[in-house]
Amino acid sequence: MSYTGDAMTRKLVTFKINGSSYETAVREYDVLLDVVRENLNLTGTKRGCDFGTCGCCTVLVDGRARLSCLTLALECVGKEITTIEGLKTDVLHPLQQTFADAGGSQCGFCTQGFIMTAKAFLDEHANPSREEIEEAISGNMCRCTGYIKIVDAIEMAANDKRNGC
Amino acid sequence: MKSSTKSSNVVGKRFPLVDALKKTTGEGVYTDDIKLPGMLVGKILRASMSHARVKKVDVSKALELPGVHAVITGDEPGAQNKFGVLPISKDEISLPKPGAPGRDGKVLYAGDCVAAIAADNEEIALQALQLIDVDYEPLEPILRVEKGIEPTDEPIQERTQDGTNIQKSVEQHHGDVDAALSSADHVATGDFEFVGVNHGFTEPIVAIAHYDADDRLTVWSAQQVPHYLHRALTEVMEMAMHRIRVIRPMVGGGFGGKSDPFPHEMIASLLSRKCRRPVKILFDREEVFLNNHGRHPTRTHLSVATDAHGKLTALDLDATIDGGAWGSFGVVTTYYNGVLSMGPYHIPNFRYAGRRVYTNKAPCGAMRGHGAVNTRYAFEVLMDQLAEEHKTNPCEFRLANLLPANTETVNGFRITSNGTKECIERARKRSDWDSKHGKLPFGEGIGIACGFYISGSAHRIHFNELPHSTVHLKIDMDGGITVHSMAAEIGQGSDTMLAQCVAEPLGIGLDRIRIFSGDSDTAPIDLGSYSSRVTFMAGNAAAEAARKIRQKLVDAAARKTGCPAQGFVLQEERVIYSPDPSVSLTFDEMLQEALAKNGALIAKGTYQSPPPIGKRDAFKGWRAGLSPTYSFQAYIAQVSVDPETFETRVKKVWAAHDCGRALNPLAVEGQIEGCVHMGLGQVLCEEMPYLKGALQGPNFLDYRTLTPMQMPEVDVIIVESHDPEGPYGAKEAGEGPLLPILPAVANAVYDAVGVRMTSLPITPDKLWKAAQRQGVAPGLGSPAEIHV
Repeated sequence: MSYTGDAMTRKLVTFKINGSSYETAVREYDVLLDVVRENLNLTGTKRGCDFGTCGCCTVLVDGRARLSCLTLALECVGKEITTIEGLKTDVLHPLQQTFADAGGSQCGFCTQGFIMTAKAFLDEHANPSREEIEEAISGNMCRCTGYIKIVDAIEMAANDKRNGC
Repeated sequence: MKSSTKSSNVVGKRFPLVDALKKTTGEGVYTDDIKLPGMLVGKILRASMSHARVKKVDVSKALELPGVHAVITGDEPGAQNKFGVLPISKDEISLPKPGAPGRDGKVLYAGDCVAAIAADNEEIALQALQLIDVDYEPLEPILRVEKGIEPTDEPIQERTQDGTNIQKSVEQHHGDVDAALSSADHVATGDFEFVGVNHGFTEPIVAIAHYDADDRLTVWSAQQVPHYLHRALTEVMEMAMHRIRVIRPMVGGGFGGKSDPFPHEMIASLLSRKCRRPVKILFDREEVFLNNHGRHPTRTHLSVATDAHGKLTALDLDATIDGGAWGSFGVVTTYYNGVLSMGPYHIPNFRYAGRRVYTNKAPCGAMRGHGAVNTRYAFEVLMDQLAEEHKTNPCEFRLANLLPANTETVNGFRITSNGTKECIERARKRSDWDSKHGKLPFGEGIGIACGFYISGSAHRIHFNELPHSTVHLKIDMDGGITVHSMAAEIGQGSDTMLAQCVAEPLGIGLDRIRIFSGDSDTAPIDLGSYSSRVTFMAGNAAAEAARKIRQKLVDAAARKTGCPAQGFVLQEERVIYSPDPSVSLTFDEMLQEALAKNGALIAKGTYQSPPPIGKRDAFKGWRAGLSPTYSFQAYIAQVSVDPETFETRVKKVWAAHDCGRALNPLAVEGQIEGCVHMGLGQVLCEEMPYLKGALQGPNFLDYRTLTPMQMPEVDVIIVESHDPEGPYGAKEAGEGPLLPILPAVANAVYDAVGVRMTSLPITPDKLWKAAQRQGVAPGLGSPAEIHV
């Protein structure tokens, strides 16, 4: 990879993130992760590998889970971006509660990525089996939990949702 | 120290981690989330050669690049000061000194640090790295231990044995192994080979240093052992310890891989002192793998002897351990490879010869189950073999050889609580072992293995008389309890454990507790999160401090009610006089009485392991492996081996672990499940191959950990032996639970296809080849035929 310093011009663009508009300057090669963490200081999204292999940087773009380290920022202009900070409204999102209650978060570094992946998945699958959940999260990496309590947490949130909690 | 409370308030109950919502909302602040005014980006130039003398480093062009604020090499004052986690083997330097003779002027592995830059942003820093010219004089790289044990003119490090690259040799002999071997009924012998594996924590290694206007240095670092970093910084920077402050923000996993003081922490500090700006160094994932400190590649030769009754009579063990370029915890690793095989079985005769060899590869260090994992694999595989030779059920064979509770091993380990028998019996029953073992069709199998691990090291790395752990408590009129500790929360739940240990005697909820466990300026010393010591040591210190606060509160309740202090019980935010429960105060009423004319209540608790433990000075290395107590495990794994591809799939694990008492069963389950995942990785798929000195695939695509879909169901069986000295009876649950999963899977593979695997990981190609050699791969011809 070769870097060209600040020689490349920056473009002033507006991102729609978590329901608000943010104007910021980006370069063509900036990835969404850089914009979210460095430009906008939304540090809930984590940088784990810069390589698309760990899923710690997962955000939602128009409701779909995306690896923000592999997503060019300029591609996201005009789209609805949701980060972990945008998930909590006046109350916690059910997944934010069930990941805590079920022990689905230990060191927590991967947690928000799992929650964003799980949110996109549950939005389209109301009644998933454990196997379907395991497949849905297989692009996210956790080294603490062995995934068991993560699957528990997602299952619990799906049940809560169905039961209208 | 045994808990006097009959019914518990918070101990033994399932609590989410106290910082869980910080993590699920993204509010938690990890080191890379910290931005300081004026902060620069630091980058390290890494060596392209495995072993070379650095003749010259030309940084002039890099310095001219606009936006570069500092460039340092080994000429920087302090950059040559030695450090290392063990004071007996300090062999690391921050940067090599160009032109210097010996170790100080060399790079020791491809990826070693050469120079460093602080710049306005990452791009300028990376560009500046490319402008540094390094003139190397290549030296012969030592990449294999067989080469490393030979004499050489150019040892990798300064302090090696007899002109070789052997860093440390260990020999121990208890009893008479030769006599036991010659009179044995059976001797099982095996040569085992283990590759290196990495912790694979998700948070990359990162540190920020700020040498400030007051000439004080503050270092924020993702660290398991902030206290050892503090000590190393004071030596490298040549600053008084009180002029340095170490802060541990939230840590995204450690598993032993963040338990050394590292060069990047020194380099960030040197850069900051040079340009008087905060400097952050964040590793990319390749750098994390190159920093390694993972489990050592090891060759293990083991013989296990039994008498005619199937009783173990001797263990004869030899281990050659590939240390990589630095010492790290290696002296401890070398001892642990031997002595941590002294349980859970009674072994009357024991001989061990081990050596750790420097090689020109990324340094190895401590990783979950430190030093015990590979030997445990070898031992438990041979136990399985011996059970078969004695025509005994492997569960029965193990039960017949167990150490009892409250005994001493031949090398002087003091065994107190011991729940192994219950572990074996419960795992056996729940897995329906007796109807499965030896009775499943070809390709299906079930296996058992046990484990044994320390619960904290009884002896300190630094010889002094300070407590292992000190905890401070404060409670004022706001009614919240502030806990100051340096026990490092790294995701394992140590903050939650502290909160529970403090809340328990006070009869209050965890919401009143606030933990400050990451600032050396405010917290008393704790040695950190390694050797599975935190629950036992910091937990005891916290509980002692809380009992002192309780006494002050109960004295106030007695004053206010006129009833004698010894009759009070604290529970559910109230204090109740038990002989007459109508006499009762709220916790806050009692507290305000205690504070009146007195002010905030403060208390200190400490932990030191009870002296004397072990055979003091009876033989060299008598301290190694001594622990105030030990954890025990028995795991049963059921596997399915594909009869065509020989891919092993683990279907279910019954994981029985004696943790003394589960202070928080939810957290204990999480530790056990995580250990199973990590151990399955080492036994099935994880490895760190080298090609001509270059680490291959230093990323999470090539370094394969188990995915959620490969993870088996785990039936966690918590066994509570109520340790007499543990906090509320607890002992460790973070590392021991990794040990038995590897051999349990291997023994299940044997049950499935009749092949004993002596080389890890058990990949389909290796297993298939082994099955071919044994002629137990039906339906398959020679490899040539398959290609047709």
